[in-house]
Parts: sequence; structure tokens; C-alpha cells
Amino acid sequence: MIQFNNVTKVYQSGDKEVKAVNRVNLSVEKGEICVLIGPSGCGKTTLLRMVNRMIEATEGLIEVNGENIQSLDSIQLRRSIGYVIQQTGLFPNMTIEQNVSVVPRLLGWDRVKIQHRYNELMDMMGLDPDEYRNRYPWELSGGQQQRIGVARALAADPPVMLMDEPFGALDPVIREHLQNEFLRIQKTVKKTILFVSHDIDEAIRLGDAIAIFNAGELMQYGTPNEILSNPRNEFVSQFVGSDRTLKRLNLLTVDDLLQRVAAVRQKKQKSYKEACGGSTVRRDSDLRNALSVLLSSPTGAAAVVDEEGNAFGNITIADFERLVEVHPAQLKSIVQ
Amino acid sequence: MELLEFFQQHWGEMLAKTLEHIQLVGLAVGLSILIGVPFGIYISQKERLANLVLAVAGVIMTIPSIALFGIMIPILSIINHGIGFLPAFCALVLYSQLPIIRNTYVAVKNVDANIRDAAKGMGMTTRERLIRVEIPMALPVIMAGVRMAVILTIGIAAIAAYIGAGGLGDYISRGISTSYTTMVQAGALSVSVLALGSDFLLGQIQRWISPRTADSK
Repeated sequence: MIQFNNVTKVYQSGDKEVKAVNRVNLSVEKGEICVLIGPSGCGKTTLLRMVNRMIEATEGLIEVNGENIQSLDSIQLRRSIGYVIQQTGLFPNMTIEQNVSVVPRLLGWDRVKIQHRYNELMDMMGLDPDEYRNRYPWELSGGQQQRIGVARALAADPPVMLMDEPFGALDPVIREHLQNEFLRIQKTVKKTILFVSHDIDEAIRLGDAIAIFNAGELMQYGTPNEILSNPRNEFVSQFVGSDRTLKRLNLLTVDDLLQRVAAVRQKKQKSYKEACGGSTVRRDSDLRNALSVLLSSPTGAAAVVDEEGNAFGNITIADFERLVEVHPAQLKSIVQ
Repeated sequence: MELLEFFQQHWGEMLAKTLEHIQLVGLAVGLSILIGVPFGIYISQKERLANLVLAVAGVIMTIPSIALFGIMIPILSIINHGIGFLPAFCALVLYSQLPIIRNTYVAVKNVDANIRDAAKGMGMTTRERLIRVEIPMALPVIMAGVRMAVILTIGIAAIAAYIGAGGLGDYISRGISTSYTTMVQAGALSVSVLALGSDFLLGQIQRWISPRTADSK
């Protein structure tokens, strides 16, 4: 769907040539989210912006839907690709409805169709279309603005989306919420997405594939699981961190593990609390905390309690083995 | 007291002179907007030309007004308009170019890079970007330039009375040559009131066209 063949970008800096992107080969499948990640200046944003020709590649070939982007008119190309940036880039002189309808208007859709699309998108974003129609971007919170930014990019239903750290400027709680929303929306719209991030947790959580860059070169490209379990070189393993396995646990809750375990565990025990020597974990706590409880439990097991403190199951350290080779997105209850 | 009497006796004539003044300034600034705003937008897209244009406009500003009127006289004498309305009008158009061109240029140039990037990335052509996003956002600053130009030309137009352009400057020049202090005061006072009044009015317009933001709440 998106294909990079030997793509290179050279910047002239005084007499020196700086290779911002160096011979990158990458292929993103239809309907997948590919997260481009790496330290600042690694070329991830440059690579992203070459897809809609905001930056022209010095060498190499980029294909979108099998078409060489150089053979297309850059304006038409950009209108056919969704684009979301970090600081939202909403137009302050336009209302929310006008902002969302920018690309359909450029494409000359008729009024009724545009309005219909606006309502549809706002419903999808979980925002009331009529409440926001005539409001201006500054009246909205950062999280709401970013949702409008995503709605605007989706407006003309482009098959491909480019997202440059869309959730980077938000606080952790809102960011997590929007990431979940984003995954929920992606399930229905199934866009091919290039997503720039500097946050490995975000990459693991959102990416079907992750491409790790350093100094303009592609270090490793694979599924989150491949990258976490099998970092190809020193740089990648340092970048994902030596606590990479624990990081994965942060993304899962006790409930997720319990569902996984329940499939193989037949009989129900009568008194979970007694069997576990009094250690308990809440069903909605993350697995990293749960592991900590288990390690300090004398029996190596803990009872799982619901919000009222009633035990309804148990987990042991051995249960954690079931999580090996599982992508968090397959387990995570997406809508919270 | 003498001043009050002067106003009482001459109010009809003063009103006519004020209208003459407003007409001169209004027409000059009007034409200046028609030239300066498109020009400012044009040079905001052409970095090299911008420096040259702003330098030239800056030089014009430094020419003393009375000297500029003097330069106009021989040039416009060719078409028999050496003195009167036309040379004053031309000089005022030249003077108001700098604030208008510069403000337009700076305003369009300073539109948030993120917003320009978004507009480009959505697939807007340069023209669409200017019309739909950058000019609406630049409008308050452009308006501030127009405001500055109006205040500036109201003052300079008073001096244009020396080349027979009429307006409130007549009271000042006539008062000085006849050593009639009250007349000079009346002229000066009405010019200032006109300037302050226009500034206030244009300020209101500027506020009205500014996009509402979090800080103007």
C-alpha cells in the first residue's frame, strides 16, 4: 500500500551533505498502522513528509497504492492523503464544522454531502455535531482539538493517513484515552497509517508494525512482538529498554490475563482468598503491579477481586507465561 | 475662551475643512490599501523582493513631508497639477505605503508555521492557502497597519495646506502667516481630535474583525 524503495533525503548544510534519510526500504500493508519511531533527528518525520511530498525525496521511489507519487500532481496527492500533525494545525479563523469540511470543500463536494459527512465524523469521534458546529478551535480542550484534527484528516475518506505525533502534546491520561479511541475508530475505518512517535509504549500499543530509525537509517522493522522479543542490534534493544517485558505488562490488566487463563482452567475454587494466603489484586490493576503483588505473596498466587472486594478468581506467577507471543492489542479491552 | 468663540464663529467652515481633510486622507489611504495589501501579500511569498521593497518604502518615509511636496510640484506641473489636491494625494499615498506593506508582509509571514503546514498538507494551493487561511488570520495586523497609516496621513495632510490642498491645515498655515494664535490652536486641536477619533473608530473595526481567541475572552 505504501512502499519505500531505497529512499534517501540529502540536506545541504554548508559544504557538508547530511543524509536525513538513508536508503530506506519499507513496505506498509493495506489497513495496517506502521509506527515510525526513533530519537529526535532520526529522519522519521522527514520520511513521513516525503509521502505527501511536503518534502521531496532526493533519491528512491515512493509508491502509494502502487502509484509512483512523483507521477501525481502534488496537490491532488495531498488531498487524497489524510494528514494529522502534533499541534493540531486547526485553522483558528474557521469553526469546527468548517475545519472538518476543509478537504471536501477543496474537492468540491456538494453542501448536503459535506454536512452529512461532518455529522458522521463527529459521531465517530464521540462529539456532538450540533454542539460543536459553530464553535472555534480555541474553545476546545487539547484532547478535543486533536480529535477534530483526526476527523478533519478522515473527512474525504482517504485510504492513507499520515500522523505526525498526533498525541504527543497531550497529558498521559488524555493520551491513553485518545489512543484507545483511535484504535476503536481504526477497527472500522481500516486505513493504512504511517504514524510518527517517540514513545515506545505508544508504538507497542498502536502499531501493527514498528520501524525503528537511527541517524536516517532503518534499524529494525517488524511487529511489536518481534521487536520486543528479538531486538536486532544494540541500538534497538537500548531503545526499547531492558525492561521491555515489564513495559508490556503495563499495557495489560489483570482481567486480560484472567480471560486468557480461564480458557484452560476448568474448575472453580470455592474460596480464592484462603487458597492464596490473603494476597489480593484488583481486576482493573495493570499486570506490572499484579506481578509485584505475586512476587511478595507467600504462595506465589493472588486472589482477583472486583470493585466491591469480592474474590472471583486467582492468578499465579506461572499464568504470566500465557502472555508470551501475544500482542497487547489482541488482549486489551479497547474501549475503556 | 477665545478658542471657543473661534469655533462658534467658524463652525460651518471648519466642518467643510474637516470633510476636505477626511476626503484627502480617506482617498489616499484607500488607494494605498488597494496597492499595499496585495503587494505585501505578494512579497510575503518572494523573500528576496521583500527586503528591497521594504527598504524603498522605508526610504520614502524618511523624506520630510514638506520636501516631498516640493518634489511633487515640478513633476505634476507637467500635467498642470503642480499644486492643490493631486500632489498632496500622491505624497500621502507614498507615505502610507510603508506601514501597510510592512504590516501585511509581517502578518502573512508570521502565520503559525504549524497552521501553514496543515493547510499545505491538506492539499491547498498557494492561492487557496492565502485566501482561506493566511489572510483571514493576518487581517488584524493588516488593519493595525491601516490604522497607523491613517493617523500618519492625517498629520501630514495638515502640512499639505502649504501646497494648496486645503483641509484643516489651512487654519494652521494661515494662522502662522497672520500671527493669529487662536486660529493655529483651533487648527491643531481639530487635527488631533480627528486623528484620535479615527484611531478609536479603526480600533473598534480591528477588534471586530479579529478572530476570537482564548485571550480576547
